[in-house]
Amino acid sequence: MVVLDYGSGNVHSAAKALVRAGADVTLTADRKAAVEADGLLVPGVGAFDAVMGALSGSGGGDIIDARLAGQRPVLGICVGMQVLFSRGVERGVDAAGLGQWPGTVDQLSAPVLPHMGWNTVSAGEGSRLFFGLEDERFYFVHSNAARSWELDVIPPFPRPVLSWSEHGEPFLAAVENGPLSATQFHPEKSGEAGIRLLSNWLGSLRSN
Amino acid sequence: MAVVTRVIPCLDVAEGRVVKGVNFQNLRDAGNPVELARRYYEQGADELTFLDVTATVDNRATTYEMVTATAEQVFIPLTVGGGVRSAEDVSRLLASGADKVGVNSAAIARPGLVDEIADRFGNQVLVLSLDIMRDPAQPSGFAVTTHGGRRNAGIDALAWAAEAVERGAGELLVNSIDADGTTEGFDIELLRDVRAIAQVPVIASGGAGRLEHFAPAVRAGADAVLAASVFHSGTFSIGQVKQALAQDGIEVRS
Repeated sequence: MVVLDYGSGNVHSAAKALVRAGADVTLTADRKAAVEADGLLVPGVGAFDAVMGALSGSGGGDIIDARLAGQRPVLGICVGMQVLFSRGVERGVDAAGLGQWPGTVDQLSAPVLPHMGWNTVSAGEGSRLFFGLEDERFYFVHSNAARSWELDVIPPFPRPVLSWSEHGEPFLAAVENGPLSATQFHPEKSGEAGIRLLSNWLGSLRSN
Repeated sequence: MAVVTRVIPCLDVAEGRVVKGVNFQNLRDAGNPVELARRYYEQGADELTFLDVTATVDNRATTYEMVTATAEQVFIPLTVGGGVRSAEDVSRLLASGADKVGVNSAAIARPGLVDEIADRFGNQVLVLSLDIMRDPAQPSGFAVTTHGGRRNAGIDALAWAAEAVERGAGELLVNSIDADGTTEGFDIELLRDVRAIAQVPVIASGGAGRLEHFAPAVRAGADAVLAASVFHSGTFSIGQVKQALAQDGIEVRS
């Protein structure tokens, strides 16, 4: 397992939580290691355009492309989820994302922001990430989110599993789309429920 | 589906040791902040706050080590405050494993520090810590203080809170100097007034002494409740606070 260490904070917590979930973890930005690992976790903290800048600077976008082309699993966390969409608007800065999924990430309409704390998630039907965790709460800290899903998937490709949460309005808490998964919340900061969600992700890698 | 009230134990530490009385049974070393943090994690704490009360800044390395050791075994958010004076201090704390950083006196002395931290790391890492005392000389009736509440900064607390949020504070830790240590309950009026002007999460601090003190703070608008000595002394547990809140119709994480 590789946690992509491209200069966005929180990498150590993500790595420790994966270890606790039972993985062998390397923290690196090395292209070969990151492309070839069984699973790649992409954390992300800070502003959308800053995370995009750091990712581009270390070839992160290409690494993710190369992995997905080979059906190799990737898990994006928080801003590491947001940058998978095609566009992000934050504090007046309009930035291009990695464009794995169409759509814009922008500010939630809510009386209190950031959305900070433990919230429930309405897990999508057939979710592997939330298996056995449907009634748990997870730790969110963010002001922006993907508020709609715009990707049409045509059979025979499997439909993405979408899990929603709500703060002021509904937003995407997690997406499971073939080898590419992402969570808006922080599983590595969500106590034992978060560890179990990471275990579920690891389990899905083994059975792929 | 909504975010629930957080219960946050606060550990005052100096040179890597817990400095306020800790009275737990079965702790190998009651002064060890990492061990205490793990105990609170197991009890269901929603977050942890470390307040570094070291008088000098010489011993910061010990704090970084403590944060790293805690983050390795405690999988909930960690806030570290005390003596944070620059964006570089924030960077080092985040690299050590902190998720949020509390800023107090240095931001009062130089408000631009709030902008610098928010621009570089995002407003979600920045907890503005406010030690507030009642002061009729201020328009709101509340003044902000420095030096752990010992010195009135002569600044209106609510005006400062509003300015800091505008500059990029992502959360307000509202500590009542008048209520702190009294165990008579939180300053409800203060919390209500801060809630009225703040669009960011508010943490209530200072005055908790009985289980029934917590619900009124939440009803006044607090998103989280923080306490130190009542937890350390074993007066009650995190679980008991959550149970009391739940019995009062306030949602918590079980």
